[in-house]
Amino acid sequence: MDELFIDLSRWQFAATAMYHFLFVPLTLGISWILFIMEAVYVMTGQEIYRDMTKFWGKLFGINFALGVTTGLTMEFEFGTNWAYYSHYVGDVFGAPLAIEGLMAFFLESTFIGLFFLGWEKLSKRQHLMVTFLTAFGSNLSALWILVANGWMQNPVGSEFSAQTMRMEMTSFAEVLFNPVAQVKFVHTVSAGYVTASMFVLAISAYYLLKGRDLAFAKRSFAIAAGFGLASALSVIVLGDESGYELGDVQKTKLAAIEAEYETLPAPAPFTLFGLPNDETMQTDYAVKVPYALGLIATRSTDQEVTGLKDLMVRHEERIRSGMVAYGALQKIRQGAADDETKATFEAHKVDLGYGLLLKRYTADVVDATPEQVALAVQDTVPPVAPLFWTFRVMVAFGFLMLFLIGAAFWFTVRRTIERQRWLLKMLLWSLPVPWLACEMGWFVAEFGRQPWAIGEVLPTFLATSSLTSGELAFSLAGFIGFYTFLLCIEVYLMQKYARLGPASLGTGRYHGEQPHPAPAE
Amino acid sequence: MILDYETLKFVWWILVGALLIGFAVTDGMDMGVGNLLPFIGRTDDERRVIINTVGPHWDGNQVWLITAGGAIFAAWPAVYAAAFSGFYMAMLLVLFALFFRPVGFDYRSKIADPRWRRAWDWGLFAGGAVPSLIFGVAFGNLLQGVPFHLDEFLRSHYQGSLLWALLPLLNPFALLAGVISFAMLTMHGGVWLQLRTNAPIAQRVKMAITIMGLVAAAGFALAGLWITYGIDGFRVVSQPALDALPNPLAKTVVVEAGAWLAIYDQVPVAILAPVAGFAGIFTTILLSRMDRPGWAFLTSGIGMTGIVGTAGLSMFPFIMPSSIDPKSSLTVWDAPSSHLTLAVMFWAVVIFLPIVLGYTVWCYSRMWGKVTEQEIQARSHSAY
Repeated sequence: MDELFIDLSRWQFAATAMYHFLFVPLTLGISWILFIMEAVYVMTGQEIYRDMTKFWGKLFGINFALGVTTGLTMEFEFGTNWAYYSHYVGDVFGAPLAIEGLMAFFLESTFIGLFFLGWEKLSKRQHLMVTFLTAFGSNLSALWILVANGWMQNPVGSEFSAQTMRMEMTSFAEVLFNPVAQVKFVHTVSAGYVTASMFVLAISAYYLLKGRDLAFAKRSFAIAAGFGLASALSVIVLGDESGYELGDVQKTKLAAIEAEYETLPAPAPFTLFGLPNDETMQTDYAVKVPYALGLIATRSTDQEVTGLKDLMVRHEERIRSGMVAYGALQKIRQGAADDETKATFEAHKVDLGYGLLLKRYTADVVDATPEQVALAVQDTVPPVAPLFWTFRVMVAFGFLMLFLIGAAFWFTVRRTIERQRWLLKMLLWSLPVPWLACEMGWFVAEFGRQPWAIGEVLPTFLATSSLTSGELAFSLAGFIGFYTFLLCIEVYLMQKYARLGPASLGTGRYHGEQPHPAPAE
Repeated sequence: MILDYETLKFVWWILVGALLIGFAVTDGMDMGVGNLLPFIGRTDDERRVIINTVGPHWDGNQVWLITAGGAIFAAWPAVYAAAFSGFYMAMLLVLFALFFRPVGFDYRSKIADPRWRRAWDWGLFAGGAVPSLIFGVAFGNLLQGVPFHLDEFLRSHYQGSLLWALLPLLNPFALLAGVISFAMLTMHGGVWLQLRTNAPIAQRVKMAITIMGLVAAAGFALAGLWITYGIDGFRVVSQPALDALPNPLAKTVVVEAGAWLAIYDQVPVAILAPVAGFAGIFTTILLSRMDRPGWAFLTSGIGMTGIVGTAGLSMFPFIMPSSIDPKSSLTVWDAPSSHLTLAVMFWAVVIFLPIVLGYTVWCYSRMWGKVTEQEIQARSHSAY
């Protein structure tokens, strides 16, 4: 097992996916903010709302271009870099991706061109419809992508087939209505809405602080504050904790996030801070809030939250059962299986994935020594400290944004927002916060899923392509270099146009422009 | 389920073909326009006119490529896995070239500096030229067989890595296929420019259409001769029932001369594909010279359908033959997904593809009309 190659494969996926997600959340949210602005324009006929739609649309476009660029990689990367994954689960995982293209990405991408370039060629109502369909398409995209991702966390509606040596779909409805996918979708799009609200609030705050384009900035600010408040509440209230109810993978992730090494009597306390130690399997200097975890995770006072030590005992049993399944599978693949072997395989196949964990230590699995089994058991739990800390910072950022957006909303309603310079400054400085929180959220979701590519089905180290470390080093360097180069251009253009403000529309009505008669339209 | 497994397997061969042809007609057109951009547009305004003929549509068009990729993942996971990882270096080349397009279209007009704009012109050229060449190269390699094999757990292994994987892909026959692909997409993009611009661009591009059409036709003829006399095809000798659960390793395959022409004996009507290829190209050249670009666009689409169809039909039922272990070859019968997935995906396509085509046509019709320099100057702040 070439550990370097596997690490490089993981790094490449992490880098390309996290780069991609720098651009997704803004798209998800700002497309709705644009729709709201344009709807006000169509209803009231006030030109300033059209200018708002066009200006924020310009910034949206600069962001969107890189979203498309980095998204291209994602569509092909499963095949290029996770070929065994693609073979093993393509029957289930490929379907939502393909349907995403057909149903959602076509919609978003076909209409977005008309959003930017169709102002003169479409009636007001037609253009508003185009804006709506762009926003709807991008959010529908997120639904299908999260159906695919939800299945990686909680692979329902499917079964392993020994004849085809892969997972096959047994119920499309179960895959679609996977509870993990549903909560992930709501959590992710709400986070996108908050990101977009923070973006509009921060840049509008910049204009308010500079005392320029006040009418434009205040109206943008008000829309973003209202939209953002609803979204921030939704991210936190609908946070994805209910997803942890299902399956050992999610239970392990929950226990790791909370650094719950032991199963504690219900209702379990919530560890606010502490230093998780995977060696001794305890959390040093823990500061605990009584009952809180039990309430959050089980929504009850009498159910236990299973600790990592107990989960690992269970995992060892499943690894041993998986060894039996693997032995039977080998005979079936060699065409030498009698009915009894087939029955044995059927009885143990739900643990096949756990058996495959041993492939890291012995190619043959069935001959694993007790030491190798013990190592595989260790692998079933992801490193606790990174998850523990990332999750806490993400949640803290979530509450910080709720406070900022709540205050923005409050002073907007009181009509004193331009006098609250402290708040405007805080908003401007907090511009990177939503992106950090989004990236951390994905880190928790995907790092917390380890060691699995598909929960309890396919270990990550088996899911790779048969490539070499040299090829991965080359491509990883290429992606990081190219993306960073494009990101620098993106950030340069973004700040250039944000500083220029609505004057970039060339209407002659805004700060820094020589007034001239509006062009005939 | 209305359709049986064997039928669905065959239908998916048609559907993937249709998505690839849809890609060639739409996104291929944008790539062709990119290939012509630095040569046909002599001033910045002219180049902006060229870019804006595809400006509102390139993004939607690109989804044909993405959906084709997704559909291959869902319908032929074994092909998606073996081809994309096997062609790793070539895929990276295509991806890195494609990266220039979204940013090229959107960022080019955001800064007026001529050096900035010139740089993006070449970026858009690379984003068209590299993929249009490499997609042809990929087909050229499929026709010769690809050096991969499947192990007993159906993991695919490819022979060679880094340059030792890339360079053998760029063999003479594959490069010829790349030239055909490049020429036909450039011709197609040229016809689009002739249709959507006025003189001098519309006049200038006619020569490019003629040259590219002739290159594509000559290359196609040469490739046909090469296949007939110089390249062995693959033939399935025995395989499980066509509606059996897919297992690529359960068949026997031989490599023999003339196997790629067998379909034209067995199903004579298949000859219509290469005929459409040649006829489409020649009528396109003719119609373009007669200043009938609307009809030329139609015939150019027919020509490309013929050429893609010829490659697909000649290989049928093979999708990805293996040159080092013929029984590892992937075919229409042993590479697909399960019956349920094929059925779900079939209905998704049947329902959504017509809707996509419907609103795509609406969008083109709304944005119709010649793109002019006056219009670009008037909308300088919003146009690409």
